[in-house]
Amino acid sequence: MIINAIFFYLFAGIAVASAVMVIASRNPVHSVLFLILAFVSGAGLFVLLGAEFLAMILIIVYVGAVAVLFLFVVMMLDVDFAELRQGFLNYLPIGALVGAVLLAELLLVVGAWVIGPDVTKAIVSPIPSPSEISNTQALGLVLYTRYVYFFEAAGMILLVAMVGAIVLTLEHKPNVRRQSIADQVARHPSSAIEIVKVKSGQGLS
Amino acid sequence: MTIGLGHYLSVAAILFTLGIFGIFLNRKNVIVILMSIELILLSVNINLVAFSSFLGDIVGQVYALIVLTVAAAEAAIGLAILVAYFRNRGSIAVEDINLMKG
Repeated sequence: MIINAIFFYLFAGIAVASAVMVIASRNPVHSVLFLILAFVSGAGLFVLLGAEFLAMILIIVYVGAVAVLFLFVVMMLDVDFAELRQGFLNYLPIGALVGAVLLAELLLVVGAWVIGPDVTKAIVSPIPSPSEISNTQALGLVLYTRYVYFFEAAGMILLVAMVGAIVLTLEHKPNVRRQSIADQVARHPSSAIEIVKVKSGQGLS
Repeated sequence: MTIGLGHYLSVAAILFTLGIFGIFLNRKNVIVILMSIELILLSVNINLVAFSSFLGDIVGQVYALIVLTVAAAEAAIGLAILVAYFRNRGSIAVEDINLMKG
């Protein structure tokens, strides 16, 4: 139990500290790297909560894909980030005010809240004991049966996002020779080659 | 020293607040604003998984998976818009994004 507490405070502390660095760091590349650290400690919290599959997905999807995408964009765009930081301190008071009010509200909610008596009766699909079924298998048993439409909707969202990202960033440059597949398929021997009968000893004029 | 649901909810609340704070603080830098949104979504996921774990209902993890998907799609689309915008205008400052006079 004490190990659990130690790791909880470790991961929570790293997550919060790196979240602070994400928003306060001068260099956006450092921000992205601290975002990766925050996600990895979030994955650690998920492991502590017994959601191993989501922890691994968080590392693969976020650290492996989204954060690297951020890194690509930050490094690809030639932006003067120092200029973007002007006015940083102007927004500090109002931001701190809104943040403090929001945090106070959220912590009041967390402090004053209890689990209702009927909640445990309303559990839809209880988590099986980890000794019988692993977390991944338990999640799959629910996700592919009762929530299969959610799963397919998630797939559609990813497809739309992929198509949208390609459409937004694809550009046709005018002076680039492109492959025209229709022309290639429509090509026929009668229009492509010419057979010339050459008499012997005369050649082509 | 038992770690209860309240501990996880507190961590999620702090991360959420930091995300909101980041949006206010970096009002000119769209990339950091997108990163703050990712932080907010991470805190929501911690909430969902914490409730799922402490109430013993696995549906919370299914929802967390959906949120993860939407967050990934949002990041991809947001960054694609950013790249297209930078190509057209040569700047990503938020106050320059006023073509639609919103």
